[in-house]
Amino acid sequence: MTTLDLSEFRTPGRGRGILDVFTWRYLLRLLVRKGTQTRYRNSVLGWTWSYVKPAFQFGVFFVVMGLFLGLNRGVDNFAVYLFSGIVVINFFNEGFGNATRSILENGALVQKIYLPRELFPIAAIIVAFVHFVPQAVILLVACVFLGWTPSVSGVLAIALGLVIIAALSLGLGMLFGAINVSFRDAQNVVELIQMLSTWAAPVLYTWQFVRDAVPRWLFDLYMANPLTAAVELFHAGMWFPTSDGKIPHPEHLWTNAFIALGICVVFLVIGQMVFRRFERRFAQEL
Amino acid sequence: MSQETTSSMPSDTAVQARPSIIVEHVSKQFLLRRAHAFKEAFVGWVRGKDVSSEKFLALDDVSFTIHEGESVALLGFNGSGKSTMLKLISGVMEPDRGSVLVRGRLAGLIEVGAGFHPDLTGRENVYLNAAILGMQKDEIDARYDDIIAFSEVERFIDQEVKHYSSGMFMRLAFSVAIHCELDILLVDEVLSVGDAPFQAKCRAKIEELSREGKTMVIVSHDQDMVRQVCDRGIVIRQGKQVYDGPIEPAIDAMMA
Ligand SMILES: Nc1ncnc2c1ncn2[C@@H]1O[C@H](COP(=O)(O)OP(=O)(O)OP(=O)(O)O)[C@@H](O)[C@H]1O
Ligand SMILES: [Mg+2]
Repeated sequence: MTTLDLSEFRTPGRGRGILDVFTWRYLLRLLVRKGTQTRYRNSVLGWTWSYVKPAFQFGVFFVVMGLFLGLNRGVDNFAVYLFSGIVVINFFNEGFGNATRSILENGALVQKIYLPRELFPIAAIIVAFVHFVPQAVILLVACVFLGWTPSVSGVLAIALGLVIIAALSLGLGMLFGAINVSFRDAQNVVELIQMLSTWAAPVLYTWQFVRDAVPRWLFDLYMANPLTAAVELFHAGMWFPTSDGKIPHPEHLWTNAFIALGICVVFLVIGQMVFRRFERRFAQEL
Repeated sequence: MSQETTSSMPSDTAVQARPSIIVEHVSKQFLLRRAHAFKEAFVGWVRGKDVSSEKFLALDDVSFTIHEGESVALLGFNGSGKSTMLKLISGVMEPDRGSVLVRGRLAGLIEVGAGFHPDLTGRENVYLNAAILGMQKDEIDARYDDIIAFSEVERFIDQEVKHYSSGMFMRLAFSVAIHCELDILLVDEVLSVGDAPFQAKCRAKIEELSREGKTMVIVSHDQDMVRQVCDRGIVIRQGKQVYDGPIEPAIDAMMA
């Protein structure tokens, strides 16, 4: 009778969650490349489309909202105001949606080979970021035309806004992506959230409308919404320097931003925990 | 890793061959009907009859230990639970009862080209697949030429794999897997697609890997190939392990 030394053994299929990304970074890079490369297969203009579409969208805002309707609600450079909010929401919606679908889309792999499954939602968020970049470039070009100059606080605001969106869409994406494997209803809930996202943040209107319309506690809640925080950070970084300054930053811009970041971390932890619980059954439920 | 396992083995083999896969009292259950929507699950729950209650025991108390350098065939008829067993070993699924422990790097080749993306070229797929099996870029670079040479598809390597024939597809997939840095190789029914010369080459390669001390678990319905490559067979019938021993009697036991 020999007693076996089990220290060299491991239980297959147990990873370290999102921390595994560092050991698997090469695969992550390939997954991201796969996600971005296959988007414009067999298209002549390829990535140019990624610039043409947001440029077109911005042009429509500028002409229709600004010139035809004169719909600016007292907001200077309303087209820029709109667009800087919309790119944030687009990033969120695409990252969140892709991450939710990522497990099902990679079902063949999940069923056959073990790898840390967190890689799929993470790759989905990075792919969404890659698609966000051309929109940001168009926005930046528009801002520069309208007299935008860089500032340290502006750049920090933009960076923090991006971190908030990335963390939020990853946390929610892991949560709903994991549930989606067993219960396809999750996808519909995600679509509802995506529909709501544009309206739940000051994209089409300014934060002052909300302040004047709802009780204080609801307004505080509204401002702590990570989407609101990220959109306001983008307004502060992109739109505000081009405006006449008549619409001030919301009170406690940075405090709200850090509260929002805290909320995102909570979502990340919950997302990861639920993901791990459901992950054990991915291969058989798919 | 809560389990404390003790295992007895003949003292003479204990010196050269240490276990690399330990499967202990493993059972795996599947649900025959699943509720894919909250409503179904909820309605079932309200009515007091669990809609997902029909259970099916795909593996029932299976135990074996596979030592370093062994090539073992998992034998059994369709639906007996062989692929399920490989999935438990590779970590794709978790057992409901019992435990699976492995030692060393593991590469699972469960079905042809699971990680292949039809819109990518052969070359891109080689990199993607090797990375999926756990390799880093420099490791793949170092082996790239060997992988292509073994698969014999270099002429088509920059073509998208959706235009490959199924044999070419499988050649590339198999070639990637056996060139991985690995200690344990799990092969599920993939060799049957290749033509005769390539099958011979694969067998030779598997024997070579086995001599190098790699551990292999092979699922195949091709008895000639199993006879040639494996020394030991484990027979599973309807989820129960019915035989574990030398390959010839194992094949007889399966057919019995
Ligand atoms: N995810 C799953 N959900 C429900 N049942 C499953 C699942 N996977 C496998 N089964 C069932 O488990 C049983 C064993 O399947 P398995 O794929 O392991 O058979 P096998 O021995 O590999 O057969 P074959 O020789 O045809 O490949 C089958 O009856 C199958 O229907
Ligand atoms: Mg099978």
